[in-house]
Amino acid sequence: MIKLDSKIPTGPIEGQWTKHKGAIKVVSPANKRKLDIIVIGTGLGGGAAAASLGELGYNVKVFCISDSPRRAHSIAAQGGINAAKNYQNDNDSVYRLFYDTIKGGDYRARESNVYRLAEVSNLIIDQCVAQGVPFAREYGGKLANRSFGGAQVSRTFYARGQTGQQLLLGAYAALNRQIAAGTVKSYSRHEILDIVLIDGKARGVIARNLVTGELERHGAHAVVMATGGYGNVFFLSTNAMNSNGSVAWQAYKKGAAFANPCFTQIHPTCIPVHGTQQSKLTLMSESLRNDGRIWVPKNLSDVKALRAGVKQPSDIAEEDRDYYLERRYPAFGNLVPRDVASRAAKERCDAGYGVNETGLAVYLDFKTAIERLGIDIIRERYGNLFQMYEKITAVNPYEQPMQIYPAVHYTMGGTWVDYNLMTTIPGLYAIGEANFSDHGANRLGASALMQGLADGYFVLPYTIGDYLSHEIQSPKVNTNDPAFEEAENAIKAKIEKLYAIKGNQTPDELHKKLGCGIMWEKVGMARTKESLESAIVEIQALRKEFWSDLKLAGKPDELNPELEKALRLADFLELGELMARDALNRNESCGGHFREEYQTPEGEALRDDENYAYVAVWEYQGEDKEPVLYKEPLKFETIHLQQRNYKD
Amino acid sequence: MSGSIFTSSIGKKMFMSISGCVLVLFLTFHMCMNLALVISNDAYNAICGFLGANWYAVAATVLLALVVVLHFALAIVLTIQNRKARGTIRYAVTKRENGVEWSSKNMLVLGFVVIIGLALHLAHFWYKMMWAELQGAHEVVVGAAMVAPTDGAAIVRYYFAQWPYLLLYLIWFGGIWLHLTHGVWSMMHSLGLNSKVWFKRMKCISWIVATVIIGGFALCAIAIFLQENFGILNF
Amino acid sequence: MNLTLKIWRQANAKAKGQFETYVVKDVSTESSFLEMLDILNNQLIHEGKEPVAFDHDCREGICGACSLRINGHAHGPESEVTTCQLHMRNFKDGDTIVIEPWRSRAFPVIKDLVVDRTAYESILQAGGFISVGTGGVPDANAIPIAKDDAEESMDAAACIGCGACAATCKNGSAMLFVAARVSSLAKLPQGQVEAARRAKAMVAKMDELGFGNCTNTGACQAECPKGITINHIARLNREYLKAKFRS
Repeated sequence: MIKLDSKIPTGPIEGQWTKHKGAIKVVSPANKRKLDIIVIGTGLGGGAAAASLGELGYNVKVFCISDSPRRAHSIAAQGGINAAKNYQNDNDSVYRLFYDTIKGGDYRARESNVYRLAEVSNLIIDQCVAQGVPFAREYGGKLANRSFGGAQVSRTFYARGQTGQQLLLGAYAALNRQIAAGTVKSYSRHEILDIVLIDGKARGVIARNLVTGELERHGAHAVVMATGGYGNVFFLSTNAMNSNGSVAWQAYKKGAAFANPCFTQIHPTCIPVHGTQQSKLTLMSESLRNDGRIWVPKNLSDVKALRAGVKQPSDIAEEDRDYYLERRYPAFGNLVPRDVASRAAKERCDAGYGVNETGLAVYLDFKTAIERLGIDIIRERYGNLFQMYEKITAVNPYEQPMQIYPAVHYTMGGTWVDYNLMTTIPGLYAIGEANFSDHGANRLGASALMQGLADGYFVLPYTIGDYLSHEIQSPKVNTNDPAFEEAENAIKAKIEKLYAIKGNQTPDELHKKLGCGIMWEKVGMARTKESLESAIVEIQALRKEFWSDLKLAGKPDELNPELEKALRLADFLELGELMARDALNRNESCGGHFREEYQTPEGEALRDDENYAYVAVWEYQGEDKEPVLYKEPLKFETIHLQQRNYKD
Repeated sequence: MSGSIFTSSIGKKMFMSISGCVLVLFLTFHMCMNLALVISNDAYNAICGFLGANWYAVAATVLLALVVVLHFALAIVLTIQNRKARGTIRYAVTKRENGVEWSSKNMLVLGFVVIIGLALHLAHFWYKMMWAELQGAHEVVVGAAMVAPTDGAAIVRYYFAQWPYLLLYLIWFGGIWLHLTHGVWSMMHSLGLNSKVWFKRMKCISWIVATVIIGGFALCAIAIFLQENFGILNF
Repeated sequence: MNLTLKIWRQANAKAKGQFETYVVKDVSTESSFLEMLDILNNQLIHEGKEPVAFDHDCREGICGACSLRINGHAHGPESEVTTCQLHMRNFKDGDTIVIEPWRSRAFPVIKDLVVDRTAYESILQAGGFISVGTGGVPDANAIPIAKDDAEESMDAAACIGCGACAATCKNGSAMLFVAARVSSLAKLPQGQVEAARRAKAMVAKMDELGFGNCTNTGACQAECPKGITINHIARLNREYLKAKFRS
């Protein structure tokens, strides 16, 4: 039985964070030295948090599965990071960023968390510039901005098409500085396989050294999960190959409630799937929608000619093109939020207008922009993205439009946290994409970087002190405690069990069945009661198949990517079911969650605020038992609930 | 915190650059001096006289020798370190990377070519000129004749009149030219005197410097061969 | 398309490795190089053989994890791409492809094609940062930075730390990697404050770790998947020498 206390401060939203910071306790420097913190993950959230906590004086251990913290998948974010600086004098403000984020999230995010996010967004830009992040500049030496989906102001800061990389290198540099100073110890090529609880508090982790296969015990007074999202449950996604949901899932099984697992973002501009050998999807930055126009032919005869290769897209006359986003959403046009753009693409392709052989692609065209601005400006703005597209597809996007199609990109759902970012397990925190709190049912472009860094630099370092101030009397965690013993033995047993199966299917083959066969088809962009119910049954069956027919190569005590995949897949096979359950429970459409039964006559998502304006929080009950649903009601006191409108 | 400039990689490169620079300046001077020979034996001998067994000429020669030794010794040290840094197992397949000049990867090999040529060159000329003077010799054997060590013009003309020597020298010049085309811009680069804007210019300058110096040497040698054997090109 | 692969196999850091030859069939020309290796591995597992270990993660050319030497070129024959962005249409049916791990004393092989690049981490820890804490910094627009400087800084900051430069260099030198970081920060006013200290510390660490000496061959820039040029090495040399002569 969990008790959900979101610890949202009272009073007007503008003053909540300031008031809260003043109210929470701090730890003295002398006591910080005695406290250990484990940070799992080194992306923007984890990297920033580990660096900031180390600098504050805590003893930090930071873990990552890659060979270097710099390889965390935050690095792949392309377009930019939002902040309410109003440098463009276009009437942007903290309130407007807050409003856009709540509205973009289709009114399923917590107001107080989002307001805080908007509030600290400006600090992030200052921080990153001070660290030497080479943001794009105007000739006058001031910072440049671009527009992103879901906003009518230019508030996105960027470093070419590599903003995530540059921000991560900033956080990584700050982390390196702390590693050199000895306040942070870095463990690369280490995967956390379990969270250890002593007396109900998070007290450490069991890590597997991915090079030697050794299991290690690490104790701490608090544990921070900065493990990113679980989009790889779909097998094909824009997530990195090693991104996974396993730490969050282990935490869930130990009692950390999981919130809104069904909220998945399908990004509208990815390079379409080429065939069955595909292992990974590549995103084309949302920033391309600043100047690119999305279209399909108006006539099915043209579609046929394009698919047969008889016509090239540039052969289709202007009047025969259907710029469907501009047609349907005149106010925002090509810059509607991601969920809207994705569904619109699906709608056109389902109607038979998809432009490639698979019928699952639309055009993103720069013809108009090149005519208007000249090829040089387009090259300056998007050159590296165009080059990347050409390398992958062998099509020159300066001459022919890009082909794009939606793909799984981000998970808004995640471990439930309170205002302090603490999960329902005391001492266990979740930050960045790993938590659920800021993006509601749909995340706006350029807001993931903002949240990761906000949590890591400016929220967690304050709020964790409140908890740790009560831990100053706790001695160093003893890793010989039976709880560690038990957790380690359970992992050993699990690995042995996996090796004992000796079946016929490799982890990848089973993962494809889960992701492409079940999740994408039935828990993907459009869901129905029937599809979700059958998904649950099929996932359960596939889980049995996994535990009876897995073929696992290699040995446990060596560098063994197959074992890593199998362990992660075992968790995805359970998490996928929870996603389907959550989607089935939510009898409405909102943001990235689209139930076909619930749509307006124009095909827009139809929310049910009366019955579903809540966070669906799931508690684990044991293996093969149905989880219990708790509801955290969402109160909209500052913003009025209304149907999202991007038309006018 | 940081090691001595003498042992650091960039420091060693700096000494390579500076010593290389001295050698380039010397070559420039030497080439100019040779040009004098084409025009007038007397002029050449006057310079030789100036550079004969005088204390400043000897001091400069010793200094030059030290620079050569430094340049060469550093090259050996760097190469040994670099080979070690590559590790014990070599690639099974190696290909020339796009835009990488052969000379840049074979500076040590070219250096050996230069050194071997230098030994020959010193035996032919320096030994019979400055060294002989220092020994107090009044005559040296050049082919079948005896020549005064101060008559450098005669010694040079004797060798360059013979085509096998000419050929040998031209090959040697080719080696030095290759060494210089990489060496000159690389020297500036190692000293940090290069940039995005200057990169292409620097390579161009490097090519011009190498070509002017080596071209000068080659022209002198060829001109003397033609003057001696065919009586043409006399000024 | 069908291909013959000659791949370096090495059980662990201490084991002696050797090349093994494999045949993969029915690879789509649309596949990426790493997808082709996925196919090979799936095939090997079904044959009861050990799959080939290789580093990879983002598969979109930015994380810098992938690190293969393919037919004598770091990241394969295409210019300015990482291995994961290399597509099979660059090869012909029936080709033999030789795949080796990075070879450099500072990058020991861990297993098969996976190498240990911790040395790069150590260099960055020595000084590849601006010493600024979280918070207490001026407004982002307080320091104007010329567009060209920001752009040049970004050119260098594009480094993904994959190790292709040191692995390609005949001297095993890490200069391009070190230069990219030093140059990126040196181009910005924020990085100027401790530029001297940074250059000295990073070069000293690089030397200490056993990387070779740069001889300006330019092989690193030819093979760099991000097109980072050796102009940045010139800037590093300048920064370093300036720092040394002033202290």
